[in-house]
Amino acid sequence: MPTTIADTTNLPSQTFWTTLDKELWIKRLLILLVCIWLLVVVVLPLFQLLSKSVADADGRFVGLAHYRTYFSTPSLSSSLFNSLLVSVLTTCISVSLGFLFAYGLTRTTIAGKGFFKAISMMPLFAPTLLNGIALVYLFGRKGLITLGFFGVLPGIEINLYGPVGIIIAEVLFTFPQAVLMLCIALGMTDARLYEAAESLGAGRVRTFFTVTLPSIRYGLISTVFVCFILAFTDFGAPKVVGGNYNILATDIYKQVIGQQNFAMGAVVSVVLLIPTVVAFIIDRIFQRKQVAMIAARSVPLTPRPHVVRDGLYAGYCALIGFLIVGFYLTAVYASLVKVWPYTLDLGFWHYQFSGTGGGGYAAFFNSIRMSLYSAVFGTAITFFAAYLIEKSRQMNSLRQMAYFLSILPLALPGLVIGLAYIFFFNALGWHVGGMFIPNPMNVLYASMGILVISNIVHFFSVSFLTATTALKQLDQEFETVSESMGVPFTKTFARVTVPVCIPAILEIGVYYFVNSMATVSAVIFLYSADIPLASVAVANMDDAGDVAPACAMSVLILLTNLAVRIGFGLLTRRLKARAQAWTGQ
Amino acid sequence: MSNPDIYLTMDAVSKNFGRFTALAEVTFQARRGEFICVLGPSGCGKTTLLRVVAGLEKQTRGKVFIEGRDVSSLPVSSRNVGIVFQSYALFPNLTARQNIAYGLKSRSLSRQAIVKRVDELLDLVGLRGMGRKHPAKLSGGQQQRVALARAIAVSPDLLLLDEPLSALDAKVRVMLRGEIRQLQQRLGITTIMVTHDQEEALTMADRILVIDQGRLVQNGTPRQIYDKPATPFVAGFIGAMNFIEDARKIEKGLYDIGETHLSVSGENGTGRLPAGSRVTLAIRPEDVMLKRDPSVSNLLQTRVEAMEYRGSMFRIDLKRQVSEGTSFTITADVPAETVRRLGITPRSTLPIHLPVDRLRVYEAGKGS
Repeated sequence: MPTTIADTTNLPSQTFWTTLDKELWIKRLLILLVCIWLLVVVVLPLFQLLSKSVADADGRFVGLAHYRTYFSTPSLSSSLFNSLLVSVLTTCISVSLGFLFAYGLTRTTIAGKGFFKAISMMPLFAPTLLNGIALVYLFGRKGLITLGFFGVLPGIEINLYGPVGIIIAEVLFTFPQAVLMLCIALGMTDARLYEAAESLGAGRVRTFFTVTLPSIRYGLISTVFVCFILAFTDFGAPKVVGGNYNILATDIYKQVIGQQNFAMGAVVSVVLLIPTVVAFIIDRIFQRKQVAMIAARSVPLTPRPHVVRDGLYAGYCALIGFLIVGFYLTAVYASLVKVWPYTLDLGFWHYQFSGTGGGGYAAFFNSIRMSLYSAVFGTAITFFAAYLIEKSRQMNSLRQMAYFLSILPLALPGLVIGLAYIFFFNALGWHVGGMFIPNPMNVLYASMGILVISNIVHFFSVSFLTATTALKQLDQEFETVSESMGVPFTKTFARVTVPVCIPAILEIGVYYFVNSMATVSAVIFLYSADIPLASVAVANMDDAGDVAPACAMSVLILLTNLAVRIGFGLLTRRLKARAQAWTGQ
Repeated sequence: MSNPDIYLTMDAVSKNFGRFTALAEVTFQARRGEFICVLGPSGCGKTTLLRVVAGLEKQTRGKVFIEGRDVSSLPVSSRNVGIVFQSYALFPNLTARQNIAYGLKSRSLSRQAIVKRVDELLDLVGLRGMGRKHPAKLSGGQQQRVALARAIAVSPDLLLLDEPLSALDAKVRVMLRGEIRQLQQRLGITTIMVTHDQEEALTMADRILVIDQGRLVQNGTPRQIYDKPATPFVAGFIGAMNFIEDARKIEKGLYDIGETHLSVSGENGTGRLPAGSRVTLAIRPEDVMLKRDPSVSNLLQTRVEAMEYRGSMFRIDLKRQVSEGTSFTITADVPAETVRRLGITPRSTLPIHLPVDRLRVYEAGKGS
């Protein structure tokens, strides 16, 4: 036996030393490509947006003139206050409701936790326009509740159009995010802290303030800022139920689409961007602290039954679940009613999309096509970028820059991306020091390509972080081991990294698909007449007063997204079962 | 450097991470087929040393030679090393066989040759019949063997082991210790193993490098390291050691602590110290003898302060009065049988003998 081992020392090992040196260069080149990609799709368009906000119609530099105009015109600058007010109130309500819900899911022994959590995630799959439309059917002038269920009960008028409507819609929109983040924060705790508090004689209230709150504080703060950003930048719901109450997001749209005032659109975008970026930076700081708080040897907390508490939480979660399901069922019902509220016959009249603008089923299938492309290309680019940034050991500063640029889109509202892309991709070229540099990206303008790229960038950060988290769970030495054995990194990537990360990759794909289907903010500036989109059609039909078809189209989007989510959920479960051989569970 | 026996040479290698110095001017050589243990407390720079040898980190200063060839700036892939990591880094989605064959597949070997070689390796590490299992279905010790087989599959000239046994149970660890050593000797492969476990280093290595705060403080055989530790740090890190502070040199080979005179035969560089210098004397607990014979030198009367039962022996703290108000404590390891026979109990007095050839002398205040 020993002789055979010794004999094999003449294995052909020298030959691929040279190829591996080549590999290093390939890796460097790929990291460089990731940086260039992020520069072109994130940094340059943003720069173009900023420069538009300080230039006049002919492109001459005018300094802060537009900003002065903005802040000296009360009808414009009041929107900043309105936006802040609405977002702060939304955040308070949403985080409070979300906290109770997440507490019920993590710290009590109520039944049906999985079911309640799934229900609470519903709003993630709907276009936010649908939140507005459903509100109109519930609380609008001829709403179900305004009319007291068609006269059965006394009606309630809540003065929907304006801040009230926006806040309700945004609470619904931000609620799933709050629940998700708070569930994680509440789940990451050390049972021994509670045992220690109990053994030291601390009561419930004292334990809550000395153990529970401190242990979730970073997660809680992070949740607050994420909800704020979401509510502050959302466009869909305010567009439907905002009425005459101006907020920044709808102002951008009005300036650009309504008045063709691109410079002022850029100014409002910057005004929208600044609080968002500040909130984003604070959020990143606290998220990092939260990660640092997880002790490796924590003992997970298993909640003990408590009749009164569990009863209250079960009732609360059931109520919230009922409200969410009822909300979307109202939308489904309304989309099937022949003439609301007069002829309550049910049927698929509004699903014909005949006699309305927007593009009908062509738009719907365009959206599906766009979402598929976004899912496929977005997942590939995101995962590969995350891999290069996380698992390479070369070019540290470049990788750090790429990481920063990868999470930056989290702070970019869709409308800002959309407008920046108009400016960037529409430009024929730039005059730099007397030289004219033509814009190679111009060919993408008004194509499917620009829609897909805008979606990839819009949803890049969350996908990137998902990929990074999955990659971090792989042993840091996989790459080193392969390298020492002379195996090209591409082989290890294909044979080990990707198979082990398949659940996360599918997750990212679904995330891209679902969000690309539902989003309206970025694409509303970028779609062309040849490529109508479902979500844009919803906005346009609603604008034109065709609320029922708009509702029907939103319901189609919601159902498609739910079907995709459930389908992939089953697929992932199958894959996980197959992977049981090597996960050891 | 032209010596054909020398496989690896590290020449004044330093590594800085920003302002932190992980390695400072480390120089050593490894002979072909030698098993070297790099020993030190956690954070001392020993893993950095291994990574520099492998080519995973590039040294800030200094040079690395393999067979006389300067490989200082070559990457890991060009150094023909096999590495076993603390975490094993086994690919979880591949079976043991696939893991072992991983590095073979990219070489121009036929399928049958690969199958044959993997079979050999599985036999070699005692995992015949386990090849189809995934790492998660193997025990820690078995995973360790797969990692070892994978590392030696590509016939490296140098095997690097980074704390390979630290994740295992004590019993498995002792067993694998012997197996790795046997395998290494059978293959005659030059091996560098990083560990913080002194017992591992003493039992496995041909030579031990003791690293402290990035510096190589001693380079010697296990016996040299244990019997003649170069500094109080080495003495204290490997095994237990009594330090008797505040001793004074009287003349060559003679020291005193208060009224007590002690003879020392093998001095260690302290022979040149002038008379009157302050020194620290050191002796291992197992070298402290119980003797009542007044004719031997270095005989001390002590009082039993505390006794700790350790199964086969007792660890006994002995107090020696130096003068009014000052005293020092010496710990002695005494076989349980002796304790029973002599009827040693706490607070009894006990005469002890410190053999002249087992006492070590260190200059006071140097490298502790």
